[in-house]
Amino acid sequence: MSQATSKKKFLYINRRAPYGTIYALESLEVILIGAAFEQDVSAAFLDDGVFQLMNGQDTSGVGMKNFSKTYRALGDYEVRKLYVERESLAERGLTLEDLMPITYEDEDEDYAEKPSIRLVDRSEMVRIISEQDVILSF
Amino acid sequence: MRFGIVVNEGPYTHQASDSAYQFAKAALARGHEIFRVFFYHDGVNNGTRFTVPPQDDRNLQRLWSELAEAHKLDLVVCIAAAQRRGVLDANEAKRQGKDGDNIAPGFRISGLGQLIEAGIQSDRLVVFGD
Repeated sequence: MSQATSKKKFLYINRRAPYGTIYALESLEVILIGAAFEQDVSAAFLDDGVFQLMNGQDTSGVGMKNFSKTYRALGDYEVRKLYVERESLAERGLTLEDLMPITYEDEDEDYAEKPSIRLVDRSEMVRIISEQDVILSF
Repeated sequence: MRFGIVVNEGPYTHQASDSAYQFAKAALARGHEIFRVFFYHDGVNNGTRFTVPPQDDRNLQRLWSELAEAHKLDLVVCIAAAQRRGVLDANEAKRQGKDGDNIAPGFRISGLGQLIEAGIQSDRLVVFGD
């Protein structure tokens, strides 16, 4: 394992739809707090977790807090790698166009806006997961 | 090896807390170190001393408290998750104007940073939950 003084690779795996349970919201809270620790952070969205990134979320009918805008702020917290599993999207009849346009500013390229969402297929997701030091699954 | 443990589910509804407890006990028996046990989501409900399970069943809160006492374990309940679910220590109760607290012996309430720190400081972070 890496030294305590060096950066660790943290992956937050999100597997559930945003409002049926509290896992998505409390996962987001961990990601935001964790950003202060300057680790190598990425998040993965698979299974029903891809619904967390849906564009145009409206919770007014269910009386719950709509926290979807927070995902769009992740770039400001240096969380720039959001891996979305291609098969999970397809199995739910979704495409990249159904998701929020989430971007970050790349300071190495004159603060150009770049997409944070990276579509990866299932085998690639397996490789990403296997490379991590710390995995928190929600 | 130095382990961090995360418990994401409440007692009795789910086996997560039981499994985490058995894992912690076994790891300690083998001479491993437990850096911290962090309770998140409904897992914070493991840290209330007001549970009264039937006498012929295990008392998970007491088991955790006794294990913490015996091995100087650091049992941390997430403050944000605990506030949502009504788990308070004396300080929080006072701060929030509540008329009592229910944190169990050996548990303490702190922030999510303690979870991240457990991930950084432990050789393995083992998560128990759904």
